[in-house]
Amino acid sequence: MRVALFITCLADQFFAEAGVAAVRLLRALGVEVDFPEGQTCCGQPAFNAGHWEEARPLAKRHLEIFREADYVVLPSGSCASMVQNHYPELLPGHPEALDLAERTYEFSAFLVRVLGVEKLGEGLRGKKIAYHHGCHALRELGVREEPLLLLREAGAELVPWEAAEECCGFGGLFSVKLPEVSLAMADRKIATLPQAEVLTSTDAGCLLHLAGRLAKKGVNLKVAPLATLLWEAYAG
Amino acid sequence: MRAKAKLYPKEAARLLREKPGVREAVTGATLHFERNRLRAYAEVPIAEWRERAKALKDHVLSHLDHYLELAEKRLRENGVQVHWAETPEDAHRLLRAVVERHGVKRAVKAKSMLTEELGVNPLLASLGVEVFETDLGEYLIQLLGEPPSHIVGPAIHLSLKEIQKLFHERFGTPLDASPEALAQVARKVLREAFLSAELGISGANFLVAETGTLALMENEGNIRLSTSLPKVHVAFVGIEKLLPRFQDLALFLPLTARAATGQRLSTFVSLIQGPAREGEEGPEEVHVVLVDHGRTALLADPEAWETLRCLRCGACLNACPVYRQTGGHPYGYVYSGPIGAVLDPGLLSLEEAYPLPYASTLCGACLEACPVKIPIPKLLLTWRHRAVAEGLSPAWEKAALAAYRRVMESPTLYRLFSKALRGLPLPQDLLPLLRAWTEGRGPLKPSPKPFHQLWREMEEPHGR
Repeated sequence: MRVALFITCLADQFFAEAGVAAVRLLRALGVEVDFPEGQTCCGQPAFNAGHWEEARPLAKRHLEIFREADYVVLPSGSCASMVQNHYPELLPGHPEALDLAERTYEFSAFLVRVLGVEKLGEGLRGKKIAYHHGCHALRELGVREEPLLLLREAGAELVPWEAAEECCGFGGLFSVKLPEVSLAMADRKIATLPQAEVLTSTDAGCLLHLAGRLAKKGVNLKVAPLATLLWEAYAG
Repeated sequence: MRAKAKLYPKEAARLLREKPGVREAVTGATLHFERNRLRAYAEVPIAEWRERAKALKDHVLSHLDHYLELAEKRLRENGVQVHWAETPEDAHRLLRAVVERHGVKRAVKAKSMLTEELGVNPLLASLGVEVFETDLGEYLIQLLGEPPSHIVGPAIHLSLKEIQKLFHERFGTPLDASPEALAQVARKVLREAFLSAELGISGANFLVAETGTLALMENEGNIRLSTSLPKVHVAFVGIEKLLPRFQDLALFLPLTARAATGQRLSTFVSLIQGPAREGEEGPEEVHVVLVDHGRTALLADPEAWETLRCLRCGACLNACPVYRQTGGHPYGYVYSGPIGAVLDPGLLSLEEAYPLPYASTLCGACLEACPVKIPIPKLLLTWRHRAVAEGLSPAWEKAALAAYRRVMESPTLYRLFSKALRGLPLPQDLLPLLRAWTEGRGPLKPSPKPFHQLWREMEEPHGR
């Protein structure tokens, strides 16, 4: 099985180590991993802001770059949803968009749904983890149980979090168009956070936003992408 | 109501800065409603209910001319005087005629968002009619001179403390009066108004075409009093509120109650079928004003028409993490929250409502809550796309996204950008986009090396 990794622009720039973790884990699970180097961004920021003319050429590039892959796997629910749910609308008359949508998977969903993996190892034994559900993973892709299952099976203690399924307020351009509201939303997430050692999520955008706000407020909590923790689960 | 939607970003920021209590009150109340809704949805086959409700609404909306004619016929047969109002001015003319004919000095009004759209209260004031809002929440905001900030809980933004202060100033109640004591004071004032008003004004949750029945839902009993005690009752009904058959109420009444407040059914349901007949008590005259005010045009919109399914239950507001921070006032029009963000551009114009479709992170909680499955996130995207096409987006945004596209289209430029992000002291405080980000979150800290570089380093030892 050949998997092309789409690392997403935010993860490439801000959570590069999570990409390395994803490669190592996929290879350890017997998957052949490729990283098509021409990749950049799926176009989501422009699409969500209504600038479809700017997003469309990026989506077309993306189709080209991932044309050959059996599966495209990426560590982001929102970018995965962009390809799975919005490319077909953004690119009418491109049947390849439908085809790519079917081959694209958010990382944890790929592990559970395609590879059938539940237990990676016990490397997270006793670790208290707070999981933030990225909205697009949760509601547009229906990825709710997969990340929790993988973490739990690796021995992690998932701490109950009242606002775990609430939006963190990132929302791409939303965070700069309505900065005060965006921060107020992050503050609610932070105010309801239980005692934990690590805060994780499948989305780099949410983590960047929450990590920045945590640091600004002087809250000392480690923030790590899901892929990093899943590699830790495997490698111990 | 005059729309001030254009000011949304400024007003939202100002409210968060100046009235932090609103955020606290609204968050508390919406979370409470939301928990109730989830519990109430879980008790029934909600997926099936929502699908049926959506299909029924779509049916009635796609045959609206037929059902409107039928409704008019039945209403007239029931002795109701039916009027059509395309614009607020049409509605004003009709109301003015009723006021003058009956020499109305006092009116009691049941909670109705449509009458906010039409500006009924200012009109009545200009005619010298004293008008009392009779829903407790509406009464509170009327005393304060504020518009409703939530479709179902108009005073959701007020804390008990603020209400205690208001009543202390108006009615001399103690500053620590209990909610029950405050409600008693309002009850006394409103009782007097119910008994002396010549005119009762209401909206309607539903209008059944088959039987010409108005259905009104409430929890306080004031709607029933407003529509039965005064000798004249005028109901303003949006043309999208129609249901085909009487039996459809068996689905829509409990569905709306569950979505709105988590109740199985509202405490009171009034079914009104015309003026009092011989030997009955009730109004001598009932008027139904069928209001368009932009709805026909919205119905003709191939994408946005689905918003007309809305039952005005407020479930999307309760579920919305953006609405939760500010309540409804910053949205600047009658309908706030997610439904306001997609309905207001349709009722006003996109230009007038421009920033509202951006008042969302597209988190999708609204769609999950909506009892009639209005695809709010999709509609937000549609309105945003149209806003860009119509040139409404600010210059900085256009420039930023054009630059973003150029960089992302070219792996070479992307890598240069990647180097610049690490190598150069980025002018993070100068670029407006970055400044807006860093002010609340500190400077952006990229990984020491981007992944695309780490990948090469990983692969090189393998001789690739």
